[in-house]
Amino acid sequence: MIARLLAGAALAALAVGSAQAQQGKISGDVVKIGVLNDRSGLYADLGGEGSAVAVRMAVEEVGGKILGKPIEVVSADHQNKPDIGSNLSREWIDRDGVDVIVDVPNSGVALAVQEVTREKKTIFLMQGPATSRLTGDACSPTGFHWAYDTRALAVGTGQAIVKEGGKSWFFLTADYAFGHQLETDTAAQVKKAGGSVVGAVRAPLNTADFSSFLLQAQSSGAQVIGLANAGGDTITSIKQASEFGLTQSGQQKLAGLLIFLSDVHALGLQVAQDLVLTTGFYWDMDDEKRAWSEKYKAKTGKMPTMVQAGSYSSVKHYLKAVEAAGTDDGPTVAAKMKEMPVNDMFAKNGKILPNGRMVHDMYLARVKKPSESKGPWDYYEIIRTIPGDEAFATLAESGCKLPG
Amino acid sequence: MSTIFGIPPQALFGQLLLGLINGSFYALLSLGLAVIFGMLNVINFAHGALYMLGAFVAWLLLTTAGIGYWWALLLAPLVVGAFGVVLEKTLLSRLYKLDHLYGLLLTFGLALIVEGAFRHFYGVSGQPYPIPDLLRGGQNLGFMFLPNYRGWVVVASLVVCLATWYAIERTKLGAYLRAATENPVLVQAFGINVPLMITATYGFGVALAGLAGVLAAPIYQVSPLMGSNLIIVVFAVVVIGGMGSILGAVLTGYGLGLLEGLTKVFYPEASNIVVFVIMAVVLLIKPAGLFGRER
Repeated sequence: MIARLLAGAALAALAVGSAQAQQGKISGDVVKIGVLNDRSGLYADLGGEGSAVAVRMAVEEVGGKILGKPIEVVSADHQNKPDIGSNLSREWIDRDGVDVIVDVPNSGVALAVQEVTREKKTIFLMQGPATSRLTGDACSPTGFHWAYDTRALAVGTGQAIVKEGGKSWFFLTADYAFGHQLETDTAAQVKKAGGSVVGAVRAPLNTADFSSFLLQAQSSGAQVIGLANAGGDTITSIKQASEFGLTQSGQQKLAGLLIFLSDVHALGLQVAQDLVLTTGFYWDMDDEKRAWSEKYKAKTGKMPTMVQAGSYSSVKHYLKAVEAAGTDDGPTVAAKMKEMPVNDMFAKNGKILPNGRMVHDMYLARVKKPSESKGPWDYYEIIRTIPGDEAFATLAESGCKLPG
Repeated sequence: MSTIFGIPPQALFGQLLLGLINGSFYALLSLGLAVIFGMLNVINFAHGALYMLGAFVAWLLLTTAGIGYWWALLLAPLVVGAFGVVLEKTLLSRLYKLDHLYGLLLTFGLALIVEGAFRHFYGVSGQPYPIPDLLRGGQNLGFMFLPNYRGWVVVASLVVCLATWYAIERTKLGAYLRAATENPVLVQAFGINVPLMITATYGFGVALAGLAGVLAAPIYQVSPLMGSNLIIVVFAVVVIGGMGSILGAVLTGYGLGLLEGLTKVFYPEASNIVVFVIMAVVLLIKPAGLFGRER
């Protein structure tokens, strides 16, 4: 009995081996793109269905076909739960033949999916997650981090605010992988620029009432309250900080370390005005970005966030690489992607480091006052372009150790 | 300066006050749940969705008709209450003869439908609702800055909770209601319209949720998720207080708000689970809840 089982297993292994040997061309005769993100919770507006729309736009631009085979886009909701995220991606890859996974906000989920895609040698295009660990100690040969990361946010917003005189910091941190990393990276930049960190408080993800944490931040006496959170949590904390008069007194300043266009839209300029933030994309910067964004808006009724625009850009680049490589085999395409510069409406002369970090210019922006804004979505004034090499860590700094 | 457990007393007072404010919402919502459970024996899972609906009605009144906060405070609960009456008449009333579980499943399904519909149309980031002019600004209490609006929330919720408790425990109508819960057949035999009373009770219970929604609108974003964020905690409050006990729901609501506030100072990471830890402990020691009666 055991001998038979063993023989069966050996045969199966042989079959798998020969299937892999026949690589080249398109697996399953279809290129399947899976958009995995939060479609119903606090991060749904910054990625969500919008990311899927952006990906479909990239697919339409190449005519829905590549190397003569159709391209299919599927999407699913990971509900911000790492176990659901990794199970879904396993199911997608093993059962449905998904070739590339896109977006996956929430660093906790992304770290789990990165493990799956590394094991399965599947391409993983990360837009939503922030933690710089994804191209650091948790890097993968087939993982790509695209729109931004915690290090770029820290360099942009952290340094800018210290230069303006905000020397002492108190962090209000989302209590999971992302918040911790954003706090760590920002604290490092603040200290580098000559500032100090006086304390931090860790708030659970998806907190309804931040007033207690804000009060602790207030009594710390720090000049700057750094919000190391995102999406719905950022919106609530900024809104309630204004309610409790934290910023009106002029003694304390809020630093939103990760703010998306959708957050500013939800807050309204009255509350959000003068916030300084770092972003990888803003629709109203040049003709190419405007044209693409208007097309996106026609489909969704909203202007894209950097996550959604990045989803488009990364899928576009992926498809180019598949075309050039003549196959959808993960490692082969990944190598091709790293060879080619990224040039599209999202990034000019973007380059991809061996650890998967897509290095492109980031932008320091200030939220306009209601009087300066010409209408809905006219929200940012770009005050500085941060060169990619300054914003993102080098391969050596990242701490990524790839085999070979 | 002296400290209590390493925290300056001023900071502690501030946190207690904040806890009381959050407790006000817990109390208002759990009160509605307790009233409904007490009279109908229905575990109303749609409560969070109706709370959200209250906030959205206020927001829609403001943005589409220009009707402000004070009218919304009256109109939104009426709209939500009317919606509740329709639900009770058309759907819930068919389930009274069945197990509790069916009411729970029905209301849970309704909650998912209502929230999903709003999420589809309005997204998850929410809509801003301004604080009414009269209640803008705040008071410097020495130990903290108290926004006027939050003070108003505490007062309003205390008044509503007390009035509800008085109406049910101390008036003739309340006596009928309590009697109808004990023995509906006998009360009906005395010529009292029990089905009407049940419908009215459900309408009133959900109107309380609508009211809480309007009160919450200026503090939180008016978002489709606001109900589901809160409802689980509120259920824990009701379970700890004792299912169906009105006084228990109110006292537990405020008490847990305070306790949660303290947790946010001493061990912030645990602030979203402390209520459930207490629930587990209470269930082990007093399965009927702190104020509940064993049946």
